[in-house]
Amino acid sequence: MSATSTARRERPPRQLRPADRLGPGSGLGLGLLVLWFSVLVLLPLAAVVVTATEGGWSTFVSVVSEPDTRSALVLTVGEALAVAAVNAVVGTVIAWVLVRDDFRGKRLLEVVIDVPFALPTIVAGLVLLSLYGPRSPIGVNVVGTRTGIFLALLFVTLPFVVRTVQPVLAELDAEVEEAAASLGADQWTILRRIILPSLVPAITAGTSLAFARAISEFGSLVLIAGNKAGETEVASLRILKYIEGDYYEKAAVVAFILLLVSALVIVALDVVARRVAVRG
Amino acid sequence: MTLPSVRRRTFLAGSVATTLAVTLAGCASASGGSDDEDRFFIVGFAVPEAANDAIIDEFTQTPEGEGLSFSGSYGASGDQSRSVVNGAEADYVHFSLEGDVTRLVDAGLVADDWNAGPTQGIVSSSVAVLVVEEGNPLGITGWDDLTRDDVQVVTADPASSGAARWNILAAYGAQVAAGRSEAEAEAYMVDLFDHVTTWAGSGREATEAFENGLGNVLISYENEAILSRQQGRAYDYIVPDTTLLIENPGAILEDANPAAQDWLDFVLSQEGQTEFVRKGFRPVGDVDVDVEVEGANDPSDPFPVPADLLTIADDFGGWSATNEKWFDEGALYEQLRAR
Repeated sequence: MSATSTARRERPPRQLRPADRLGPGSGLGLGLLVLWFSVLVLLPLAAVVVTATEGGWSTFVSVVSEPDTRSALVLTVGEALAVAAVNAVVGTVIAWVLVRDDFRGKRLLEVVIDVPFALPTIVAGLVLLSLYGPRSPIGVNVVGTRTGIFLALLFVTLPFVVRTVQPVLAELDAEVEEAAASLGADQWTILRRIILPSLVPAITAGTSLAFARAISEFGSLVLIAGNKAGETEVASLRILKYIEGDYYEKAAVVAFILLLVSALVIVALDVVARRVAVRG
Repeated sequence: MTLPSVRRRTFLAGSVATTLAVTLAGCASASGGSDDEDRFFIVGFAVPEAANDAIIDEFTQTPEGEGLSFSGSYGASGDQSRSVVNGAEADYVHFSLEGDVTRLVDAGLVADDWNAGPTQGIVSSSVAVLVVEEGNPLGITGWDDLTRDDVQVVTADPASSGAARWNILAAYGAQVAAGRSEAEAEAYMVDLFDHVTTWAGSGREATEAFENGLGNVLISYENEAILSRQQGRAYDYIVPDTTLLIENPGAILEDANPAAQDWLDFVLSQEGQTEFVRKGFRPVGDVDVDVEVEGANDPSDPFPVPADLLTIADDFGGWSATNEKWFDEGALYEQLRAR
């Protein structure tokens, strides 16, 4: 109690109402942030939502009751969840290896990890088609199958978890782990109580990004998916078809559903991150 | 003392941001009209870009075209048409399908009588063909071969690429022309759809898929096949005995550059059509073009006349009837795909 009051005395009390805390610089910053955010994010999102609701409830029902659309949505969300889960584990392991281990070609690998980011998606699709298509040099032909979609999504989402976990892992203080070990913690306990709590926010952030990318992916899939309606057609292609047929409201409804699912998953992952961080 | 001034600055920053936003919005709406007399905007589907560029070079040498500065935007036909409706600048449009011009007519951007000219609004044409591997190892000759057990077909999906409507209608029309009943022709279509190994999102992707070894027959257009062969691709194309005439419409917009009518006349002239022919299109209208077409099966006789050349107007009752029967929501195409 007395410690708190000493601290109070050292730092003179300030009014902490949010509006007053902004200095001139941060005021400008906040203004820019709101402008930037509104023009680039909020307005387009609002437009999607408005278009989606224009047709009313009946359009919504008719869209989700179309078997091809429903199966495209189920396929897309399912694949995206699976891809995000694989990424959460494999991405963390890759980041771990890149930070904690030293080996020949590590620098090269660091660069190669980013290639899926750098490639235009349609080029990625072509690369995957030549690798996993009928002329595959490794004898794997997954064109027109859900496995093909899965592989393509893994390819384009690889960097997300690796790149978010890597810097956090690099900043982790190895002395803390050593201290834990000297206090008798075994490796599993160190991983669970020391390392993971610090990494989980980064892992979930990367996983959210990977999920969002996977659920909206288009370019790399159009060549490898085969696009058979009801079988290997993803939601983004469904949207394209609605637009081509001039059914804007229906396209917006599908987009809206994807947005909703993404938001749910991102919030859920955020809750997980907070829980784990608090426990650590 | 400091608090009010900080508040004022925060307010100031907010106002600056708001002003910026309003200015941005103003710019966006101001860019709608095309007032500049020397600028000429062409909006088209992807394929005729090369031909249009060659025509531009010649048109700017004529008194009508002198001093004009051209700017072209090319992409998927439906997307391009929608972007013009949504305010993209255009003086002249060149689309794959009539429906993409009709969309502009409905939006009041193109005159109702756009197709009253000597070529009924058509500025370039071609025919539906079957692209096969070099040497035609499977001996494909026509549409009936597409339902053979050893054949896998690649085509763009008309649901995602409007231009693929030509492919579907050509296959169906050939059945009807061969004297089969509608039910038999529909059964053939279901069989054909079963042989499609990849429904590509666009014509371009269909070609990429075919070149990467997917399927062994690609339903495409003569001009695309010729252009690809000009670019060094090694495959053959078959012009079936019965096939569909592909007609691409072009139109000038209501508030177009005054030179637009001269441009359209030039595109339809001997010089204009010659450039289309060089890139593999069949000539439109009453012109006599006699040039060698590199990439054609026979460069000196590039455009063999099929025994039975179907047209949308004569064999399908025009586009509005065709779209209603085939491609509207729940129409024949969707029904046959679901069968």
